[in-house]
Amino acid sequence: MFFGASLSWNDILFMLSGAVTTIAITLASVAIGTSLGVLFGLARAGSPWWISWPIGGILDIFRSIPLLIQLVLFNSFNSMFRLHWPTYLVACLCLGIYAAAFCTEIVRSGVTAVPTTTRRAARSLGLTWFQEVVSITLPMATRIVFPSWIGLALGVMKDTALVLWIGIVELLRSSQIVTTRVQEPLLVLSIAGLIYFLMSFPIARLGAQLEKRWRIQ
Amino acid sequence: MIEIDNVHKHFGTLHVLKGVSLNVKKGEVLSMIGGSGSGKSTMLMCINGLEGIQKGSISVDGIDVHAKATDLNKLRRRIGIVFQQWNAFPHLTVLENVMLAPRKVLGKSKQEAEAIAVQQLGHVGLGEKLRAFPSRLSGGQQQRMAIARALAMSPDYMLFDEVTSALDPQLVGEVLDTLRMLSKEGMTMIVVTHEMRFAREVSDRVAFFCQGQIHELGTPEQIFDSPQKPETADFLRSVL
Repeated sequence: MFFGASLSWNDILFMLSGAVTTIAITLASVAIGTSLGVLFGLARAGSPWWISWPIGGILDIFRSIPLLIQLVLFNSFNSMFRLHWPTYLVACLCLGIYAAAFCTEIVRSGVTAVPTTTRRAARSLGLTWFQEVVSITLPMATRIVFPSWIGLALGVMKDTALVLWIGIVELLRSSQIVTTRVQEPLLVLSIAGLIYFLMSFPIARLGAQLEKRWRIQ
Repeated sequence: MIEIDNVHKHFGTLHVLKGVSLNVKKGEVLSMIGGSGSGKSTMLMCINGLEGIQKGSISVDGIDVHAKATDLNKLRRRIGIVFQQWNAFPHLTVLENVMLAPRKVLGKSKQEAEAIAVQQLGHVGLGEKLRAFPSRLSGGQQQRMAIARALAMSPDYMLFDEVTSALDPQLVGEVLDTLRMLSKEGMTMIVVTHEMRFAREVSDRVAFFCQGQIHELGTPEQIFDSPQKPETADFLRSVL
């Protein structure tokens, strides 16, 4: 059989269920990271220094410390302070804040790339600050930083592999479990790699597709 | 009526406007001329509150523009402004560019806003370009779109800030024609411009700005044919 003597369909299905966990954590983390990133990014781009700098400083901490350390520390605090948060929540929050730290800078660079004169033109028509941000700045900034954001989303998906350290069985952990049983590490890891690729590829394609459509404008 | 009274404006240590006073009546076309950095454009930005002022007052139809209680978003509906950089919203079609403010600010329905936009775009000669994105338009067409976008709010006043300065020479004419049309229709306009022939032709009055002050104010004939101040004469000699 192609999969070797002992690798069964059940093993593959087990790995696929791990992949579903990977996707779920990725979606949740990217959603948290993007929402917070937009909020903080707008604040970083349009606030006086006494708001902008503290946000930047705090997020720098999350950007600079390896994600693995953050996960383990966060998970330990969860036990130490008896918060009793589910491990999944800890994983998603940790990854989400980590993603937010990067997303904030992406959003900030996008917002500052929108010409002030264009924003003024919108305000001069009577649009409020909020209406202007929603109708003009965010759509324009999105088109500018979309490739970076896709890169971030793909990065987060691969970083989810680290949550196995706090006991979550996602794609990589499920592959390890299968490996210990069937003793075919190269084959199993290749399959896991292929599954990661199949999950990333559509996102990258979708990104390229959207960019192409926007270029026409 | 726009009443500007002893307005002072600083950018940091730079004293840009040094006591400007001026009244613009309904239906009047006033041109502001003068060298770069003389404060004309800044004056326009102050009229609709895009820039704050440090001293003096500006009121539009009796509403103090820079009073804390003034709802600037509401006031700006009545004062259209068109900039040197035409500032198209690049992610929206020509039609959507013009529909945006009537929908968001005036709360018009999609059909109403579209009707207004189609009418205004036809007015400035862009009836054929409704579905195009701004990037497909020439500079002159984009500038006319910006004018239609401001007109869609049915403003009582229109401010034009060097609207032809960034255009290729052969595209200047079409934009000036649009301004001529508006002046014939009785729109109250303040036009900051370097096009002296145009200023002379359409203006009721011309204000010559020099170093943050109105140095001379009068009819086009007075300013262009018999300027009273040597600075005015020097400036006109340098541009004509």
